[in-house]
Amino acid sequence: MRAKAFMNPYLAGFLLGLVLLNTIYITGHGLGASGGTKSMVAATVKAVAPDHYANTRYYQEAEAEHPGSPLKNWLFFEIIGVFIGAFASGVISDRVALKLEKGKGVSNTVRIIASITGGLLFGFGSQLGRGCTSGSALSGMAVMSFGGIITMLAIFGSAYMLAYFFRKLWINK
Amino acid sequence: MGPLVPDIIGSEFNFVIALLIGIAFGFVLEQAGFSTTKKLVGLFYGYDFTVLKVFFTAGITAMVGVVLLAHLGLLDLDLIYINPTYVRAALIGGGIMGAGFIIGGFCPGTSICALATGKIGAFWFIVGSLFGMLIFMEAYPVFEKIYMADNWGPVRIDKYLGLSQEVFAIIMTATAIAAFFFTQKIQDRLLNIKPSYSRNKIWTYSSFAAMPFIIIALVAITPNSRERMLAKAGNIGLQEKAKEIMADKLILELANNYYNINLIDLRDSSSFQKSHLPLAINIPYDSLLNRSYEDYFKQHYKTNVFYADHPQTAKKAYVIATNLGNAETLVLHESAEQFDSLIFKAEIPATGASKSAQQLYQFRKTMAQNVKQIEDRMQKQSQPVKKETKKVKGGCS
Repeated sequence: MRAKAFMNPYLAGFLLGLVLLNTIYITGHGLGASGGTKSMVAATVKAVAPDHYANTRYYQEAEAEHPGSPLKNWLFFEIIGVFIGAFASGVISDRVALKLEKGKGVSNTVRIIASITGGLLFGFGSQLGRGCTSGSALSGMAVMSFGGIITMLAIFGSAYMLAYFFRKLWINK
Repeated sequence: MGPLVPDIIGSEFNFVIALLIGIAFGFVLEQAGFSTTKKLVGLFYGYDFTVLKVFFTAGITAMVGVVLLAHLGLLDLDLIYINPTYVRAALIGGGIMGAGFIIGGFCPGTSICALATGKIGAFWFIVGSLFGMLIFMEAYPVFEKIYMADNWGPVRIDKYLGLSQEVFAIIMTATAIAAFFFTQKIQDRLLNIKPSYSRNKIWTYSSFAAMPFIIIALVAITPNSRERMLAKAGNIGLQEKAKEIMADKLILELANNYYNINLIDLRDSSSFQKSHLPLAINIPYDSLLNRSYEDYFKQHYKTNVFYADHPQTAKKAYVIATNLGNAETLVLHESAEQFDSLIFKAEIPATGASKSAQQLYQFRKTMAQNVKQIEDRMQKQSQPVKKETKKVKGGCS
């Protein structure tokens, strides 16, 4: 069966905006993603190396602010939902399949190494920049946060500036 | 009034909400095509501007929605989380994230969607991002200086630029629509598409685009809920029918049913400190709309009785209070001073005064004593419990 076409981007954007607006109305804060994965990292460290966890300042400061397990975090529950929702959507539209997307002429190894490197950078950057595209850029824009909007400009600006150098990963020119 | 957490929705149930919102979030992202790298990076090579369209439409929908909800008095902007601005960390962190985006092909939210639909690249992206976060947290002392530098606090860009939020929302919407228009041209040229738009389609798109402008214009020209309420209260004439209670009736009620009454002193807190009626609590007229007092006007157990230096003020408060909630509300017919001299400083009737005057004096004296006694017993309970209105914590870091 052929995968169904994607939704009209403006309609999808409108719906996404309503989800975000509801989130702000109900909880007083916006959406996020990196915060959820971060809580998984912190929880893993706590489980694997409890002594180290107790002696590292960053974890202790976070724990002082949100006592209890790092997984007792709004964004952690939210990203579980994201996974479920995206899977449901993928099933409905016949888009679930194991696949490695890349430009022609790029080997699988190169693409995987690039993925890991990109993830490493994004993960690190999201912690330094206090949030990713969802939590800082999009949610920040909704509440007119100055910080959120300059983070957004920095993300897209830097990606545009570097796009030329990594074009072979994605396109054939 | 929103936000609903933590007062209306508890923090445990909030996790259920998180899951439900996440499902909606993930569903929409996947439907928009954000689970495929080709669509995501298309933005940076000009062949697919879906990300830009979805992202900005969503941002503007939510932004205009926030402005509208606040205008209607449904959302308290003082309580919602505004992402704080740390200039250096935002710019450097954003720059690094941009590099991660173009090299890895995803961002954190979209990588979760892509993993859910079986993209292998997304799996490795997430593995990388977990380690990236680990590095930051472990090496935090090294980066702390940059992380904490240039802390401007939760600045809003409209305030920073000295604009009203309506003007900023208009500028942002206009910018987005211009960007949609020109990127579509670029995309069509790059892919060699000769676009042809039906009249119907143009009509639909234009009305969709006009919506935020219309909403913002309405917000700008109509008074907000707070202004409306105050204007209504300001217009009230002396003849206006606020439900009143006379001094004698009030003191009788206080003596017998004090537990059914919130006697509310509307004067400022310094006059309240100096002297006030027994059992009264203080809600200065100017802070009636303060969220912490909302509970008094939205309960069904007690009757609120307002009094002030002038009955007129109490009547205005009546209008506001009955707009805020359904609590039974009364206005003291007399001013604070009149009440005091009538009841607590009741004059002994001259010898030879009528029997009814004698009786009235006795009644007032007894009641005044009773109420004072009750107050003595309740000393500790006489002030409103200060309810803390906490600013919401949020953010993604």
